[in-house]
Amino acid sequence: MIELTINGQQQRLDAEGDTPLLWVLRDDLGMTGTKYGCGVAQCGACSVLVDGTVMRSCVTPLEAVAGRQITTIEAVEKDPVGSRVVEAWVKHQVAQCGYCQSGQVMAATSLLKQSAHPKDDEIEAAMTNLCRCGTYNAIKAAVRDVASQGGKA
Amino acid sequence: MNQMVKLPEVPLGDPVNVSRRGFITGAATGALVLGFGLPVGEARAQGAAKIAPGTRVPAFLEIRPDNSIRLLSPFMEGGQGIWTAMAQIVGEELDADPSSFTVENAPAGPDYLVVFGQMRITGGSFSVRSSYDTMRKLGASGRAMLLQAGAKKLGVPLAELTTEPGRVLHKASGRSATYGELAPHALDLPAPAPAQITLRDPKTFRWIGKRQARLDIRAKSTGKAQFSIDTKVDGMLHAAVQHAPRLGLLVGKVTNEAEIKAMKGVHSVHVLDGALAVVAPRYWHARRAVEAAKVEWVASTAPTYRPMPADFSTEAFAKQLATTQGKEEVAEAAGDMAAAFASAKVTLSATYNSQYLNHAQLEPPSATARFNGDGTLDLWLPNQAPEMFQAEAAKVAGIAPEKVKIHSPLLGGFFGRHFIYPHGTPYPQAIELARRIGAPVKLIWSREEEFLRDPLRPMAAVRFRAALDAKGLPTAIEAVSITEGPTEGIADKRGPKLDDSALEGITGKKYAIPNKRIAQIFVKSPTTLAYWRSVGNSMNDFFYETFLDEVADKGGQDPYALRLHLLEGNARLTNLLKAVVDLAGGWKPGPFTAPDGSKRARGLGMASPFGTETAAMAEVSIVDGQVKVHDVWQAVDPGSIVNPAIIEAQVNSAVALGLSQVLVEQAVYKDGLREARNFDGYSVLRPDMMPRVHVRIVESGAPMGGIGEPGLPAVPPAVANAVSRLLGKRMRKMPLGQIA
Repeated sequence: MIELTINGQQQRLDAEGDTPLLWVLRDDLGMTGTKYGCGVAQCGACSVLVDGTVMRSCVTPLEAVAGRQITTIEAVEKDPVGSRVVEAWVKHQVAQCGYCQSGQVMAATSLLKQSAHPKDDEIEAAMTNLCRCGTYNAIKAAVRDVASQGGKA
Repeated sequence: MNQMVKLPEVPLGDPVNVSRRGFITGAATGALVLGFGLPVGEARAQGAAKIAPGTRVPAFLEIRPDNSIRLLSPFMEGGQGIWTAMAQIVGEELDADPSSFTVENAPAGPDYLVVFGQMRITGGSFSVRSSYDTMRKLGASGRAMLLQAGAKKLGVPLAELTTEPGRVLHKASGRSATYGELAPHALDLPAPAPAQITLRDPKTFRWIGKRQARLDIRAKSTGKAQFSIDTKVDGMLHAAVQHAPRLGLLVGKVTNEAEIKAMKGVHSVHVLDGALAVVAPRYWHARRAVEAAKVEWVASTAPTYRPMPADFSTEAFAKQLATTQGKEEVAEAAGDMAAAFASAKVTLSATYNSQYLNHAQLEPPSATARFNGDGTLDLWLPNQAPEMFQAEAAKVAGIAPEKVKIHSPLLGGFFGRHFIYPHGTPYPQAIELARRIGAPVKLIWSREEEFLRDPLRPMAAVRFRAALDAKGLPTAIEAVSITEGPTEGIADKRGPKLDDSALEGITGKKYAIPNKRIAQIFVKSPTTLAYWRSVGNSMNDFFYETFLDEVADKGGQDPYALRLHLLEGNARLTNLLKAVVDLAGGWKPGPFTAPDGSKRARGLGMASPFGTETAAMAEVSIVDGQVKVHDVWQAVDPGSIVNPAIIEAQVNSAVALGLSQVLVEQAVYKDGLREARNFDGYSVLRPDMMPRVHVRIVESGAPMGGIGEPGLPAVPPAVANAVSRLLGKRMRKMPLGQIA
C-alpha cells in the first residue's frame, strides 16, 4: 500500500512503488485528464504538479511522490494561478485537438506559481511540451497574458 | 485527396431505427427530441427505401426544455473546429445562437453521409464545403418545423410568425414561445418539403463568417474532454501489444512465456497476427509484461500485406528513387516538349527528395471492444469514417454491420491517421482479444508500437527539367515523380487511372508555362502508406515551388516577379500573391541584415490544395547550423468562410506541421528496422522553433475550398527558397536538417 495526496485527498493505493504515477491516476483513480503521449518524458502530456512544481508523471514512480502534494488538471482551477491560466486558455482559444492541453495548462501553472511575471525567455525555457496541432503561439500569448496581469500571482 | 478518393462500401439504403429516441443516444431524461416529421408508416417506407442524408432533423438535433441544443455532428472533431463550424451553420438557419449548442460526433448511420450527399469521411478538408448547403437546409427545416408548432401553440397564422434566436415570435401581439417549449409540439408535425425551405440571405448572417468561440475550449482546458484512450466500460481489461519488428513476421515462439504469465497482474498472453498481446486488469502490468516478452519472430509462409524486407534502408531507397528509370505514366501534358527544349536558350534539371513521415498525433491509438449478450459489438475508437470502420469491424468480428455500434470520442489529433489502414489500427486486435477472453478489452498502442505500425506519408524523388527562352522565362517544365501514392499504397494495388494523391501539387499548378509534362514512375514503397495532412500536396508543392525558384535563378529572374508574370491574367492568384507580400510589408528577398545582426532571407511558395489557394512567405536565418524561421506570412483564399478565428488557428497549425516536415522530421529505416520509435528520436517541431505566424484571409467569392490542410503545402517551399537564397545554394530535399 502506498499513500498519496492527490488534489488534497488522501489515497491508499495497492500498487507497486515503481508504477508510474500516470497510470495510477488514469486507471486506478479514473483521472483521465492527465494524458499518455510518449511514456518517456518527451511530450509533457502527462504533466502534473508535485508540491507545486511540474513533473512528467509517465516517468514518476509512485514511491517518489509518496507523502507529497500532487495536483492534477482535475483540480487545477482550485489553485488561484491555475484558475487564471485556464481562463487565459479560454480567452486565447488555445486548444485545437486538446490532447496536450492538460499538460500545457499544468506546465504554465507551475511556471506562473514560481514566477508571477516571467519574461519571454523564461516562458520559452519552461513551456517545452509538444503540441502536434502547433498551438504554440496561442500558448505563448495566453501565458504572457497571465504574466502581465497585475499583482502577485 | 483533392479529388474524391473512393466511395466507402456503405449501403446507402440500410434500414434504420426510426423510433423517436433511436436517433439520439443517451438523451437526458425529460429532453425532447425535435420533430419526427413523418407519420410512422411513411417514415418506415422512407427508411426502408433510402434516407436522403442530412434531411431528417431529429437525426441531428435535440432541443431541450432549457433551450439548449444538442447537435450530432456528421464530422469528427479532432482540433479542426468542425463542431463549432457545424453549430454556426445550423444555428444560423435554425435561428439559434451557436453558443447554446453542445455537439457530439454522430454514430454510424445513413443520415450522416453528407459529404456531397453520398458518403462520410472527416478528411480531405471536405467537411464544411461538402455539406454547407445540406447543413444550412437542415437548420432551416428545423426552424420551419418550430414555426409550424408555434402557429399551433400561439393560435395565429404561420405567416404572422417570425423567429428570434431561440424563440418563435408573434410580433403583432408580442407573444412568443421558446424553441424548448415548442420542441415537443414540433415533434409530430410534417417536415417541410424541400421547396418550402428558405435560406437566409448571406448578407444577414449573424454567425456564419464571424469569429465564433470554439464550443470545446473549456473542456479541453480543464481535462474534461473525452478521447478514445479515456474510454472505460464495466468489467474492462487492459491490453498491450508487442508488434513484430518487421511487418509480415509472425510470432514463432515466446522463449520466456512462463515468466511472462507469472508476472504480477498478468491475466493472459495471446499470440495475434504479427503481434504478441498481454491482457491484465491494469494497463501498466500488461505493458510491462508484453515488453519483457522475448519473442522469436518467423517469416510467414503465406503471402502477407506489404511485408517489410530485411535489408530495407531509407537512405538507399532515396537514392534508388532518384535514379530509377522506367515507364513514365503521364498525368498532365501540354504543348510540344521536344520543340520547346530544342529551341531553348538555356535548360536545367534537378532532382528532389522527400522523406517518410509519421502522423505523430499526440493521442496514441486505442480501441475498446465489448461483445454484448445480444450478439452486438460496441467499439470505441478514434476514426475519421464511422461507417467504414463499422463495415470493417463487422468483417473482423464475423457479424453483420448493423450489429456493430461505433463510438467516436474526440480525436487527439488525426492529420490523416485514423482511416482504415491494414495492420495500422488496433481495433482488429481489440476485437480478437475481447472475443477470446469473454470480457471487454481496451487496447492502447504504446508510442513505440504506434511509430512501428503507423502508415507513413510516402517518400518520393522528382526529376525536373525546364527550358528557358532568351529572356530567361520558362517555356517548358517537366516533372517525373518516382513514387507510390497513398491511395494505391493503402489499396496495395494500382487503380485504372493514376493516383491523384501521388502527384497533386506537381499537377494542378496554375502557372502559364506553355509546354509541360507531369508523370509518375511507379515504385512500390516497402513501408505501409497513408494520407498525411495535405496528402500529395504536402511534398509536391515543395518540389515544384523550389524548382520554380531554381528556374528563376537560372533565368536571372526575381522569384516574385516571375510568379506574377506566370500568373498574368489570373486575377485571383495575382491578388493572393500580392496580398501575402503586402502582409509581410513588401518583397524583401535579401539576404539582408536584421536589426539583431543576423543575416536573413525570405522565400515564397504557392499552392492550390483542396479547393483553396494559398501563398506563403518565410523569413529565415541560420543559428548554430540549424534553420531558424522567424516569421511566416500566409494569405489563404478559400472562396468564402465560416469562422475566421478557426481559419487563423488552422493556418497556424498547418504552418507548424509544414515547418516540422521541412526542418526536422523523418522516419528512418535501416536493415528493415524502424530507427526512432518515440519522440526522443523522431523529432517534431518544438515550441522554441515556432515562428510568428501572420494570416490574411482573402474571400474571392470562388466556390468554397477546404481549410484544415491547405495552410501546409506552401510553407516548406517558402522556407527552402529562403534558405537557398540565404546560402546561395539550392535546397533539394526534406528535411533540411543540419546545414553544413
